[in-house]
Amino acid sequence: MVSKMNSGQRPGIRRLIFRHFRVLIAFAIMFALMGVTASLNKRFFTPAVITSTSNQSMTLIFAGAAQTSVVITGGIDLSVGSIISMCNSLASALFIEPADGEPVNIANIIFVVVTVLLAGAGAGLINGLIVVYGRLQPIIVTLATSSIFSGIALFLRPRPGGYVPRIYGDILTRRVGQLLPENAFGAEPMGLMAFLENVFDFIPASFIFLLLVLLVVWIPFRRSRLGLWVYAVGSNEGAAYMSGVNVNFAKVSAYVLGGLFAGIGGLFLTAQTLTGDANTGAVFTLQSIAIVVLGGTSLFGGSGGVAGTIAAAIALRFIPNILFFARVNPLQQPLWEGAVILLAVAAGASRIFTVRNRLDTMR
Amino acid sequence: MEKELKEKIPLLEASLVSKRFGNTIALNEATLVCQPGSIHALVGENGAGKSTLIKIVAGVVTPDSGMIKIEGHESTIQSPADAARKGIVPVFQELSLLSDLTVAENIFIVNPPRNQFGLINRSKLKEQTEALCAGLGIEHLDPNALIGELPLAQRQLVEIAKALSHDPKLLILDEGTSALSVQDVEVVFRMIRRIRDQGRSVIFISHRMSEVEEIADTLTIFRDGEDVGSFPMGTVSHEEMVRLMIGRNLDQVFPPKPAPAQEREAMLKVEGLSWDPKLHDINLTVGKGEIVGLGGLDGQGQGELLFALFGVLRGVKGNIRVDGQRVKIQSPSIAASKKIGMALIPEDRKTEGLILPMSIGSNAVLTVIDRLLSQFGLVDRSKESKTIKKMVEQMQVKLESNNAPVRSLSGGNQQKVVIGKWLLTEAQIYLLHDPTRGIDVGTKQEIYQLMRQLADDGASILFFSTELSELVGMCDRVLVLYEGRIFRELVNDQINEEEIVSAALGLNSTRQES
Repeated sequence: MVSKMNSGQRPGIRRLIFRHFRVLIAFAIMFALMGVTASLNKRFFTPAVITSTSNQSMTLIFAGAAQTSVVITGGIDLSVGSIISMCNSLASALFIEPADGEPVNIANIIFVVVTVLLAGAGAGLINGLIVVYGRLQPIIVTLATSSIFSGIALFLRPRPGGYVPRIYGDILTRRVGQLLPENAFGAEPMGLMAFLENVFDFIPASFIFLLLVLLVVWIPFRRSRLGLWVYAVGSNEGAAYMSGVNVNFAKVSAYVLGGLFAGIGGLFLTAQTLTGDANTGAVFTLQSIAIVVLGGTSLFGGSGGVAGTIAAAIALRFIPNILFFARVNPLQQPLWEGAVILLAVAAGASRIFTVRNRLDTMR
Repeated sequence: MEKELKEKIPLLEASLVSKRFGNTIALNEATLVCQPGSIHALVGENGAGKSTLIKIVAGVVTPDSGMIKIEGHESTIQSPADAARKGIVPVFQELSLLSDLTVAENIFIVNPPRNQFGLINRSKLKEQTEALCAGLGIEHLDPNALIGELPLAQRQLVEIAKALSHDPKLLILDEGTSALSVQDVEVVFRMIRRIRDQGRSVIFISHRMSEVEEIADTLTIFRDGEDVGSFPMGTVSHEEMVRLMIGRNLDQVFPPKPAPAQEREAMLKVEGLSWDPKLHDINLTVGKGEIVGLGGLDGQGQGELLFALFGVLRGVKGNIRVDGQRVKIQSPSIAASKKIGMALIPEDRKTEGLILPMSIGSNAVLTVIDRLLSQFGLVDRSKESKTIKKMVEQMQVKLESNNAPVRSLSGGNQQKVVIGKWLLTEAQIYLLHDPTRGIDVGTKQEIYQLMRQLADDGASILFFSTELSELVGMCDRVLVLYEGRIFRELVNDQINEEEIVSAALGLNSTRQES
């Protein structure tokens, strides 16, 4: 009662804004760039463009989710891209091409999906065990394992190629309307049914896939005791230990979760490219770090989450589109990407001007 | 009969416990007996061994020797979690809270309520927290507030609530009230009286003597790692307590003080300096050739005052004059510039004083590197090595090679490098933050000699020390800070341990002012 006046407690909405300041900035940037894209491209709000935008963002989103899981503990994962490559190569090596006239082997597809997810999680487990029990710095551990996973990818798929079932690609990358059986809303839909048909024709399957992954993986993690512990460890490892948190378990789990997300990214990339390529994931490592920071997750750990990362990934994907429609030389794309990332991160960090002990800004 | 006997068994009995850290004896066969249903206060100077003993009981530190019995059974306490299982829950000065999590998440971090899917039940978590807080009389705490958003006082309350959520048999409050206002202290006192009345125990460490007198049933005094007396509260006087806390002769390690000067020319003059909420309206003057001590308990704003003067803090109000000129010091590099000529020997030499992996030589010239440039703007190697040699000789640093990393030196020699690198700047104002902490007696003596030498050569020294004997032995005047204000100024024969301790505890003079 006494100290309520100076408690620093903010009422509802203001507190939410204050707490999620950096995530909101990421969403603001995403919507701003989306607005610019839409104004330049008259066909932006058509099912085809929406779906291709969604598909182009998706692997980066999962790479970012993988990176976020690790960064929350205060670590970093330089092997995200290699795990994606490894999973992509593994998938392309395990799919069995049916003989002419034979139907697609559904059991094989399920087997591939499960194996690839286990491989991704296993790669994360290896990272986590070495970081925690080897007491080594995450940046150097994952740099080394990154090479190892790349090596495995090259072993599995020395040259780009391999078979990926078309139906597997379609399920993940087309529109929901295209996947539903014909006449799902009746032969000549009217009223509500017609409306629904249109809506479903607009929704990318990859978007539904993302929601499903968030619902099955991220939200249960975030709301479990384990999730709480992972944030606690990233916030202050010593205090977490003193509070009775199982620090090692929480850390290893975060790396496993990261590996799992990277595996999902590999699965999606396989569906998108319909081929295997041992070098295809490399670009995602650094981009994933950029979008994690852009999305409001602190590299020191303890705060942030996947929502901001997703917004940042989509925002980043708009940049080449904007440059294309603005007729900017495509060679300038990295320059503009870099500028946007810098501006966004600077906006998110603007609160540093409120720090009153100058030494604190260096800690 | 049997029940009566059981009640006589102490809840905690730590006997003849010893602990060394390197060359420092933190605890020397200390004994503490804690009865059930009592509030047991531990008092003593900083470094008297209270905190070490508490850390041993809480499983944070392993003792070198000694025995610990809990309810009559001999026990080894292996970790904080182990201590918690045995019913011992500490609240330490360094908070164990996670600033990115909410109040409720922090309190129930180990075992949050969960639904049938194993996910945290947010509404139940909130309810449980509200119920706990209501039971403790702190229902104004918002369970969903992030710890990082709360002021220190409320964090302290959360910390205590978290400890109590474990239902401890023995609650340990190590300076658990130091950040609290009088009203919040009352709330905490109500909590711990309730624990006592339930037949459980509380160990209470506070530097505020008035709080100890109000709450404690038993009092144990520590000095130099030993327990020097245990009394029921109210059976010893203030004077007796202070005498027991100090209880040693002042060693003859300090250089003689000059006769008190009549009028000194002011070198550093501070007017109305404030830095909310740690410093309030500080006015002080340090004359040329004067050593002014900053006394008081830990955390009364002394460190912040030195930081404020040295340009580390943002938003400092008030005026600073150096040699009569009004100056604005906005960064350490401005403070250290020739115009102002300030030097700060920081509290933590390992993080703020030295760059540990760098060589002794490089550390030494870091402050003066721009004075060692050749005409081409590169570092002149011969000037550099001359400068390093000068520092090493002046400070008598014992080293094998200038190129060895400074980390390889002993603590005392490291501190000599810290001081030496600032002497090279020929600063006129020295701000010293506990410069002899963790240093052997011989080096201490050298540092004392050096300080007096600097003062005799005209430098002004503002000297914060947590060691009373140093303030008494070294200072021409002592300013005692209490809760961010200068509580008392001691001069001449007022500079003695009793006066400093009394002022530090916020008491008025131990003797009647005449």
